[in-house]
Amino acid sequence: MHLVLVGTSYQRAPVELRELLAYDRELRRGALDRLSADGSESAVLSTCNRTEAYLAAPDAAAAEERVHAELASLSGLSGTELAPALYTLTDGAAALHLFRVAAGLDSMVPGEAQILGQVREAYGAARETGAAGPVLHRLFRQALRVGKRVRTETAIGENPASVSAAAAELAERVFEDLAGRRILLLGAGKTSDLTAANLISRGAGEIVVANRSVERAEALARRFNGRGIGLERVEEELERVDVVVASTSAQGHLISAEQVARAMRARRGRPVFFIDIAVPRDVDPAVNQLDGCYLYDIDDLERVVAESVAGRREEAVRAEAIASVEADDFRAWQLSLDVVPAIASLRERAEAIRRAELERAAGRLGSLSPGQRRAVESLTAQIVNKLLHQPTVRMKEAAAAADGVLYADAVRHLFALEDPRAPDAPSNRQPRQ
Amino acid sequence: MVGELAVVLFWPAVAGYAEAAVAYAGDTLRPGRLVRWAIWGVRLGWLAQTALLVAQAAHADGFPWGSWAGSLNLFVWMCVGAYLVWGCRAPFRLLGLAIMPLAALLLVLAWAVGGAVEPETSQFGDVFLVFHVGLALAGFAGFTIAAALALLYVWQDRRLKRRAPRVLRLRAPSLETLDSLAARTVAVALPALTLAIGIGFARLGTDGGSFDATMAVTLLAWAVYAAYLVLRVEAGWRGRRAAYLVLSGFALVVLVRLVLTPFTHF
Repeated sequence: MHLVLVGTSYQRAPVELRELLAYDRELRRGALDRLSADGSESAVLSTCNRTEAYLAAPDAAAAEERVHAELASLSGLSGTELAPALYTLTDGAAALHLFRVAAGLDSMVPGEAQILGQVREAYGAARETGAAGPVLHRLFRQALRVGKRVRTETAIGENPASVSAAAAELAERVFEDLAGRRILLLGAGKTSDLTAANLISRGAGEIVVANRSVERAEALARRFNGRGIGLERVEEELERVDVVVASTSAQGHLISAEQVARAMRARRGRPVFFIDIAVPRDVDPAVNQLDGCYLYDIDDLERVVAESVAGRREEAVRAEAIASVEADDFRAWQLSLDVVPAIASLRERAEAIRRAELERAAGRLGSLSPGQRRAVESLTAQIVNKLLHQPTVRMKEAAAAADGVLYADAVRHLFALEDPRAPDAPSNRQPRQ
Repeated sequence: MVGELAVVLFWPAVAGYAEAAVAYAGDTLRPGRLVRWAIWGVRLGWLAQTALLVAQAAHADGFPWGSWAGSLNLFVWMCVGAYLVWGCRAPFRLLGLAIMPLAALLLVLAWAVGGAVEPETSQFGDVFLVFHVGLALAGFAGFTIAAALALLYVWQDRRLKRRAPRVLRLRAPSLETLDSLAARTVAVALPALTLAIGIGFARLGTDGGSFDATMAVTLLAWAVYAAYLVLRVEAGWRGRRAAYLVLSGFALVVLVRLVLTPFTHF
């Protein structure tokens, strides 16, 4: 049984192509039905940055072709047009790729957390539709474990990767937590909206939006369930708020150091965190000199983000090692599958012989008491187990070294066992209707 | 007998604290890697020191930590014990950088002057010393923890003010947490010192004796910490100013513990 991965990601395909290859819930269900129609196992991972199909099938080349056809059908593009954007990986390389993906190592921002949920969702869909079998169950469960291990054992996901997240995290270095904190938004823009949303998601309470026009401020405030005020009331608000996010297009400073100094006297030592993402800046840089005031402008925040992302990359080296060890483990398990049927057949044969010989001797053993009979059963079972123990261990070891198939064939030949890979042998997974 | 046992327990305690100090320092360079080693160093060191103190108490005829060196031993145990209560939690791990080297150094100092292995037994009764010395040491241990918190506050405040790009790399408690924890620690330690001073003065009144420099500086330290709490409540003193006040109080504690007390023996 081979593991085959065919897919594309942001590294190979522009967004125009990726959107043609994106699966929603219903499309994915249909794809899983088609890909597993011949009894193969399948799972489809589809995010805004990647679409990948994982198949566990006896014939790797045929599985690859089937995924190519599926993606061509989905996108409406020919195989030739799609081919340069697609990559194919098999067995250990495919497992390592999924483990790296789950760990966030293949993401645009190393260590981003969303991908682990998306891998879980892909596995859930494959499980629900019955498209996942033993190989993909093991693969995806292990991938989810790798994702968790990497985030627990390394600091890859700990530092923020965006200006808004960095601003919120810095605020948490000043305040015990952001629950119930008051936020003052000066002006509005995409980054300040994201920052406010990030602060709210961490529990921030009341939002006050200040603008030259009170009507405009109130309109903006409605988005955050807050209230709007005019700029002339900003100094008054400075006495109450904990975080100020400034992003107006004003030409001068809207908040002076003198205003903040006056407000700080009324605050009785309570700190304030200023996030000034406006250019030109809205807050006088001298504010940072005041006791209890912390001011970060857009350059400061971008430096913090760059440093955080660099930190994530350093941690990625450790995460790669975890993914690699887990991929080796998966590969060893996958190879052991080659010898499992031979071992099972060998044990069945031995057990059948043991049973038959006991039955043949039943006449001679008839005079034994139930206790003596149990002792004979146990003795013969132990002899069989001890004889088969070493061959079983050796075959599993050989499987891990990729010689498993040779050993399995030899055992089948020597003991005249049935080959489950033979065309007329019964299969464990029936083709899906 | 107790000497041999004490040696067996003393060095593991020092080794545990020193290992924790080194591991905490290493953890600042590579966050998350050495912190388990540090925490286990603190735990095992403290257990070894606890066993050491129990052995000393079991074999002593009287209060075994009445000398300056002996009291250092007890003081270190109290500081590390207080740190163990919450210091090992993730956001406060950096406190270990301040506490553990100090603990290892003071313990070695106590050993160097003979108070860690075979402490001198006090000439005074147990009850007075248990309360007076015990409460004073508990108060000083609290002030030491408060000073470590204040130091961490000043360091974190400076990093945030300087807008260091690596400011988020190290997990440190928020400024607000450090500030309020330092205040709460002082609020617990100050009554302990107040009681110790009260008991000391009561004894001075009944048994006689003179008012010395140790008492004067202890009173001054008490006044600084009392002023800190009053200013905090009445004038809203928080943040950097308050941290500096805690540190100045600790300078007086150091003066009492390391400069003046060696000349005092109960």
